[in-house]
Amino acid sequence: MTGIGRRGLLGGTTALLAAPAILHAQPAGGVKIGVVAVQTGPQAALGNQLKDGFALGLRHLEGKLGGLTAETVIIDDELKPDVAVTKVRAALERDKVDFIVGVVFSNILQAIIRPVTESNTFLISTNAGPSTFAGRGCNPFFFTTSYNNDQVHSVMGQAAQDNGYRRVFVMVPNYQAGRDAVAGFKSKFQGEVVDEVYVPLTQLDFSAELAKIAAARPDAIFTFMPGGLGVNLVRQYRQAGLANIPFLSTFTVDEATLPAQGDAALGFYSAASWAPNMDNPQNNRFVTDYIAAHNAVPATYAAQAYDAAMLLDSAIRKVGGTLANKDALRTAIRAADFRSVRGPFAFGANHYPVQDFWLLKVGRRADGKLETQTDRKVFTNAVDPWAAECRMR
Amino acid sequence: MTTQLLLVQALNGLQLGILLFLVAAGLTLVFGVMDFINLAHGVQYMLGAYLGASLAAATGSFWLGLLLALPAALIAGLVLEVLVFRHLYDRDHLAQVLATFGVILFLNEGVKLVWGAAPLQVAVPPLLEGGVQIMPGLQYPLYRVAVLGAGLATAGLLWWLVERTRAGMLVRAGATNAPMVSALGVDIGRLFTLVFAFGAMLAGFAGVLAGPIFSVEPGMGDTVLILAFVVIVIGGIGSIRGAFVAALLVGLIDTLGKSLMPDLMRLFLDASAARQAGAALASMLVYVAMAAILAFRPAGLFPVRAG
Repeated sequence: MTGIGRRGLLGGTTALLAAPAILHAQPAGGVKIGVVAVQTGPQAALGNQLKDGFALGLRHLEGKLGGLTAETVIIDDELKPDVAVTKVRAALERDKVDFIVGVVFSNILQAIIRPVTESNTFLISTNAGPSTFAGRGCNPFFFTTSYNNDQVHSVMGQAAQDNGYRRVFVMVPNYQAGRDAVAGFKSKFQGEVVDEVYVPLTQLDFSAELAKIAAARPDAIFTFMPGGLGVNLVRQYRQAGLANIPFLSTFTVDEATLPAQGDAALGFYSAASWAPNMDNPQNNRFVTDYIAAHNAVPATYAAQAYDAAMLLDSAIRKVGGTLANKDALRTAIRAADFRSVRGPFAFGANHYPVQDFWLLKVGRRADGKLETQTDRKVFTNAVDPWAAECRMR
Repeated sequence: MTTQLLLVQALNGLQLGILLFLVAAGLTLVFGVMDFINLAHGVQYMLGAYLGASLAAATGSFWLGLLLALPAALIAGLVLEVLVFRHLYDRDHLAQVLATFGVILFLNEGVKLVWGAAPLQVAVPPLLEGGVQIMPGLQYPLYRVAVLGAGLATAGLLWWLVERTRAGMLVRAGATNAPMVSALGVDIGRLFTLVFAFGAMLAGFAGVLAGPIFSVEPGMGDTVLILAFVVIVIGGIGSIRGAFVAALLVGLIDTLGKSLMPDLMRLFLDASAARQAGAALASMLVYVAMAAILAFRPAGLFPVRAG
């Protein structure tokens, strides 16, 4: 029965560790947020966006969430699920955080969702939105301010369909998320997929694939190449003179990669539920202040984290600062009574957003920086395809 | 697949091979002459790319950046040699692997502290913008032609240095039997330092050249390093000629494998399975080739050490 022994030991250690925290307890009326954001490795750029977006939200709320003084604990998941679980457990048990917010990557979310929700703590994902928790796996303590990944790929499928493309060339990395991207795209695109090319995640040089694309002469290409893969592809695509073939992509050209892609990405397409150029007061304030603070245009990672701060503010205000009654708190979060930077925002039955999705195109801002800009709305008030399977317990 | 596409793919393979050669050349010298496993060779490539990128941005010219990045990479290599590597020459390979792996972690994080985690952009120099039409709808970027030329020129220069100069003779002698060279009155320590610094500069050169094609980001050296090791093992450790042939071979196998494998698999499997299996097989092909070559020639294609 080592399990019980260990748990007892863990409990004891936790109590010991927690003791000083109780002695120096913050004045009543505080709220503690654990922000899970990758700070290690090449993907740290995304984690930084997330962290900075949330911090900006707090700044606009003058450091308070619903009247309570907010304190954040940054948790670097190092993009390793085991590390994430250990650190999140420590935040829950030692730091006594009231909410866990953040998470860029789905595999980290998969790892931490049980420890967090089983301790009856609300987990607000600001980016990772796997379909696993949208349908049967939906969870009363889990919300996301982003989207279901599948939806974004299907937006591109619909856009390709609407544009009347008949022959599309598909290229993705050879792993689960890549195959999901193809499935999502094909769920709406009815034309012919000329070829599907799967490349290793460590791919450097795309010249072999680019030659294939040139030989196939498709109406458009669809691709999903996150991070450095996308930087390489976009620049090599432009250098190979293929830019006259429309470049439809998801998570490939965004404000996190555009500084490195530069002009090579101009005119390339992406899909999202938010873009920096959306014209509403809260978005204008968010984008202007973010650029002033970081000299970089915010990406969705920052925008969705900013929204999470606003969401928590509205929910805590609704329950009058009482965090103990979880059911009341859940109702308050579900109400989503805040102004999102993307305009209309509501939660569906599975706690995934019901929102509009846009086709975006890379363009230049007045200040010379690059950003994704709304081209046209593809879905209005889109409900998650898995929502019907969700039975909240 | 048409003959034309096949030729284009062969050209792409050669070009990848040349870039690999630039990284592998320094690695094979260090490994061969000094019997020192330098896992940190990849981060020297990364360092070169970063130095090139920031110096190009600071001076406003890619060429000035390249010119300044070379001595900077050389100095960075020297500093690393004096601070870390020098103390490891007498240790066993495990100690070397551990220490140089530590250098990888340290420099990957260090680069992030200095330049940030987001990838950097290096523009193609205006002189080499544009491309040559090699098949309908496909441009072969002029810049890649230049990389091909620079790589071949470097290969020629290296051949001349190693085969025709006194320093090269010592390097060859050191690769064959280092204690004997030392016994003949050559300061082997200085020779090692020179070889090391030169290797670091070559890696840095490759990094600067790669900047406008690949994304300059932390960890960019790690994937290149693995391929570079495959190259020097196939070519025979310590042999520049071996590294050259092996690099071209690896480049060709990798590129042609990626373009042919999925079509080949379609003969046996249905389309969607063939695509995924073909892609998986293609990414293994380089390692399969390495295993096959080592089975027949355990010391590589051009072994240096006698016996």
